Amino acid sequence: MSDLISMSLAEARDAIRAKKISSRELTGAFVSAIEKARPLNAFITEVGEKALAMADASDKRIAAGTIGALEGLPLAIKDLFCTKGTRTTAASKILGNFVPPYESTVTQNLWDAGAVMLGKTNLDEFAMGSSNETSAFGPVFNPWRANNSNANLVPGGSSGGSSAAVAADLCLAATGTDTGGSIRQPAAVTGRVGLKPTYGRCSRFGIVAFASSLDQAGPMTKTVKDAAIMLGSMASVDAKDSTSVDIAVPDYEKLLEGGIKGLRVGIPKEYRIDGAPAEIDALWSKGAGWLKAQGAEIVEVSLPHTKYALPTYYIVAPAEASSNLARYDGVRFGYRASGVRDIIDLYEKSRGEGFGGEVQRRILIGTYVLSAGYYDAYYARAQKLRSLIKRDFERAFEQCDVLLTPTTPGPAFGVGAKTTDPLEMYLQDVFTVTVNLAGLPGISVPAGLTESGLPLGLQLIGKAFDEGTLLRAAQAVETAAAFKHSPAKWWSV
Amino acid sequence: MSVDKDTVRRIAKLARLAVPENRLEPMAAELNGIFQWVEMLGEVDVEGVPAMTSVVAQKLKWRKDEVNDGGQADALMINAPEGEEHFFVVPKVHE
Repeated sequence: MSDLISMSLAEARDAIRAKKISSRELTGAFVSAIEKARPLNAFITEVGEKALAMADASDKRIAAGTIGALEGLPLAIKDLFCTKGTRTTAASKILGNFVPPYESTVTQNLWDAGAVMLGKTNLDEFAMGSSNETSAFGPVFNPWRANNSNANLVPGGSSGGSSAAVAADLCLAATGTDTGGSIRQPAAVTGRVGLKPTYGRCSRFGIVAFASSLDQAGPMTKTVKDAAIMLGSMASVDAKDSTSVDIAVPDYEKLLEGGIKGLRVGIPKEYRIDGAPAEIDALWSKGAGWLKAQGAEIVEVSLPHTKYALPTYYIVAPAEASSNLARYDGVRFGYRASGVRDIIDLYEKSRGEGFGGEVQRRILIGTYVLSAGYYDAYYARAQKLRSLIKRDFERAFEQCDVLLTPTTPGPAFGVGAKTTDPLEMYLQDVFTVTVNLAGLPGISVPAGLTESGLPLGLQLIGKAFDEGTLLRAAQAVETAAAFKHSPAKWWSV
Repeated sequence: MSVDKDTVRRIAKLARLAVPENRLEPMAAELNGIFQWVEMLGEVDVEGVPAMTSVVAQKLKWRKDEVNDGGQADALMINAPEGEEHFFVVPKVHE
């Protein structure tokens, strides 16, 4: 059984197509692995029975010879994607009982391709966090632990349930969303692959909105090839999302071929930050060496406004969030406070009781920076900075095809280690957030272990809508790193 | 710029967020920490820089102005905390 669940998505796909295994067998193995892994708290909602029914339907299609791109393959879905008839909470009390009457476009695309849903994964509340600790459904534990330690570590965030589920073999692959690093950072600290596509590549319809100009869905997988396969099904142009871009979805798997000879890889010097652990720098240099050895040309480039990216993000994202989250008012859906005096009291108490601390903090930041007298000083200025950050990338891409950077400033940290000072948590996204501000695709690839045995990732950043080149470069890192480590299954009861 | 307790109370009111009295002071301190950090954006010369309006070079698509969905009142009421037939029930708004 354990062989079944440790397969990659591509291996499972090929085994199903060769009729070596059925979707039912495969799905059953994951359903039982998920039950055993409850101590990780990776799932908010398990849908075992529904999964098996979907698997049976898939097996019928396979028998009939209609085989979709993801036929019979069990996936985990971040609980930010609306799933028709299955509770979708955004890990918030305010949506604790919300059952969407519609399906998100990305998940619909996956089911149309034949995939099976195993359940809805835990996340930071409304995807606001980098450790999965702001979830109203409790923290997720990273499947990885440091050598000779029983201390629980965070799985990164916000897609922490998805990252833990992929790393613990509780699904073949998972969906995530990335607003400032929420796919790449959790993938990095759990030793797996996470891809944030170009803004507009995947439809945002039916994804609970956090910051609409930054949010983008993407795959979290065991291998780069799996990410290419997943993206091929997730991406689409969608009439329900006017920001989804009308560019044909290429065969990403095919684009993996061809190697990286002559590829120009930029190393942005501003990503070398003071106080970063030496291990991060060493891994970064090693990564550049791997690419060079495969025929790439390494060029030093400059992204001069890098240090302004995080503060820019912490104006733009909360501003958009405060506006997006205005819809949660206790009237039409979601949590409603009891014992209220009047309608204003109903709004204030429902929101005050329904939103957790980090979400409230961001709503207040956003409301403040958009309020009369402060708009120009904060929001308008941040939008100008965003233009400068994007321009930095455009200039860098005149000299190179992809950029190579670390994904995170360090490995997974302890549960509770960074919850006192919000700024300390925000710094987790220092290397990832620039990509969202510029709308570009970025991928994290597992590249090595720290001395204490914890995974670290390297990030590659591509040109807009050039996921093909990005994935090819990522595969080159993956091949050279030969990262075959998996966490010990301490959670299995 | 520094955020005090009264400012937090005021923006909480704007955001329709009940923040308990004993949380106002700590929240002001947290927000000040964040705003002080954000102040560094002031050192950048943004004269003549256009504010970003769209992150990908794309013109928003036009669509036909026609009804393509609707008649979903039953589905919309499924998640209502309190409803009667096709109406959402709220506390009295006018005396």
